[in-house]
Amino acid sequence: MTSNRLYGPLDDVSGDAGYVAGHPQRVGFFTDTSVCIGCKACEVACKEWNGLPDPEADALVLTGMSYDNTAELGANSWRHVAFIEQAVPAASAPALSALSRDAEGELIISASVGDTDDGGSATRWLMASDVCKHCTHAACLDVCPTGALVRTEFGTVIVQPDVCNGCAYCVSACPFGVIDRREGDGRAWKCTMCYDRLRGGLEPACAKACPTDSIQFGPLSELRETAQARLAELHAAGVPEARLYGDDPDDGVGGTGAFFLLLDEPAVYGLPPDPVVTTRDLPAMWRWAGIAAGVLAAGVAVAFTGRAGRAGRP
Amino acid sequence: MSEQPQVPPAEFSSYYGRPILKVTRWREPHLPAYLFLGELSGAAAVLGVAAGLTRRPGLVRAGRLVAAAAAAGGAAFLTAELGRPERFLHMLRVAKPTSPMSMGSWILVSHSGLTSAAAASDLTGLLGPLGTAAAVASAITGSLLAAYPGVLLADTAVPAWHSSYRELPLLFAGGALTAAAAAGLVAGALTGDPASLGPAQRLALVGAALEGGAELALERRSDIAAEPYQEGDGARLLRYARIATISGAVTALAARRSRPAALAAAALLAGGGICAKFAVHRAGIASAKDPKYVVATQQSHSPPTRR
Repeated sequence: MTSNRLYGPLDDVSGDAGYVAGHPQRVGFFTDTSVCIGCKACEVACKEWNGLPDPEADALVLTGMSYDNTAELGANSWRHVAFIEQAVPAASAPALSALSRDAEGELIISASVGDTDDGGSATRWLMASDVCKHCTHAACLDVCPTGALVRTEFGTVIVQPDVCNGCAYCVSACPFGVIDRREGDGRAWKCTMCYDRLRGGLEPACAKACPTDSIQFGPLSELRETAQARLAELHAAGVPEARLYGDDPDDGVGGTGAFFLLLDEPAVYGLPPDPVVTTRDLPAMWRWAGIAAGVLAAGVAVAFTGRAGRAGRP
Repeated sequence: MSEQPQVPPAEFSSYYGRPILKVTRWREPHLPAYLFLGELSGAAAVLGVAAGLTRRPGLVRAGRLVAAAAAAGGAAFLTAELGRPERFLHMLRVAKPTSPMSMGSWILVSHSGLTSAAAASDLTGLLGPLGTAAAVASAITGSLLAAYPGVLLADTAVPAWHSSYRELPLLFAGGALTAAAAAGLVAGALTGDPASLGPAQRLALVGAALEGGAELALERRSDIAAEPYQEGDGARLLRYARIATISGAVTALAARRSRPAALAAAALLAGGGICAKFAVHRAGIASAKDPKYVVATQQSHSPPTRR
């Protein structure tokens, strides 16, 4: 890896943040959306454990987006289950249906396909529980001016509510649109990966509540191996569209601490296809600001030189 | 707008057309006002020092007073923008090079202190040498204060801002020059001091060239992340900004013959600068709201580091 810690693979995020040797290993989420059944137990468990405020009464609306009335991650929703209804050729329906359970009745894939309609197409239903990615290079943390956002000993990223002054820089910096400022509170909030539970040796509430193990929690290195195996399994079973998202340490954010197995393009799930941490370009940005500051000073100098001699002459 | 480069319509998917990014929480008029007052204060400080070096006492006072007042006004808008304004001082818990807002807070606080000291010394006639020293230091903080917001905006995931990290600091530096020109023109018109008007006129010309040039550069880019500067609110305001700025610089040429012309020129120059700040804010919002800017930019593999 390079000396530029703003970008690129990073083996020890906690060590890089200053934790001494012997700190816990990096943990994360592997969210396997192919077995998500859209029950929203993760959303509920998260809100319960973390005591997230109820939405405003007028925010309780039906969005018309399939079964999704949470709509997005935000200050009060740290897990968000997306529901995508897709028309697929009827010909692929039997194959997908046959995949749904194995001989022992274990769930293989949840993207169930409904009845075919007259037009020869069927509906495939994708469900995915989104969460803060706990990036290796977290833009929110980089840009936070108060030090409220910090890297934990577990390699996760959390906001310290007693420090945050609500400047909202993190809101504009997050390439995934995760973190947001809470109305009426003024501070920024997001998933902590249940930092308090981790400190107590427990797994995060969402992973604990997930009935299909779509949300798996554990050491990141182990989860990456689990995910590769699951990907190979799905490819072998005839689901070539399965792909991992966020597992690559060479991607624009150095890999994410919460990564996913998806069954379609990331954008279909509302995820950016190839996000890059904005601070990668920070040295170049400061260089251009330096140039601009110099141009400003030079501009003033030019404006005053024309008559400087005359005015200065006694 | 007909001569704008055409970006081919992009094929992309989205989740019910919803934004991928959070739309910025930075509001109007706070953010544009902070940007304008910051650059005005910064350039006015530099102007005051240059006026001192060339022995223009009227312009020295104008520069110092405007620099101090605008810095205070900018800080007020910045604080009002916080979700927890009473925690403004948390900005000074750390000095963090990876956070342009942290760097900017330190620049702003230093600059406010220095310009206040320089202005107080000028008004009271006390501690002249110290006031001059503070003023000289404020010329350095002022240059930084005017240019750093380019980094502040660019260091985000907002496509129209991040992709413009070259143009924005130059746009703001140009805006700083025209804002200082406006201050000089008003000072010259009010005091009837012709020694103030010459530099202000030249500042207007240099600043308008830089500001207008940066605006043109934003409008001429062919990457999709620049589209919000080429259509919609951002484009409209950017065009108004350029018309006002250039008219202001031209009107300023008549400043020595006509006091109304000087004041009108100042209003046009300041108005153009303010308009440009609103344009940048609106363009950023538009690019964060529409997922196509995120998806198309990232799928084209011409990420914002294209140049």
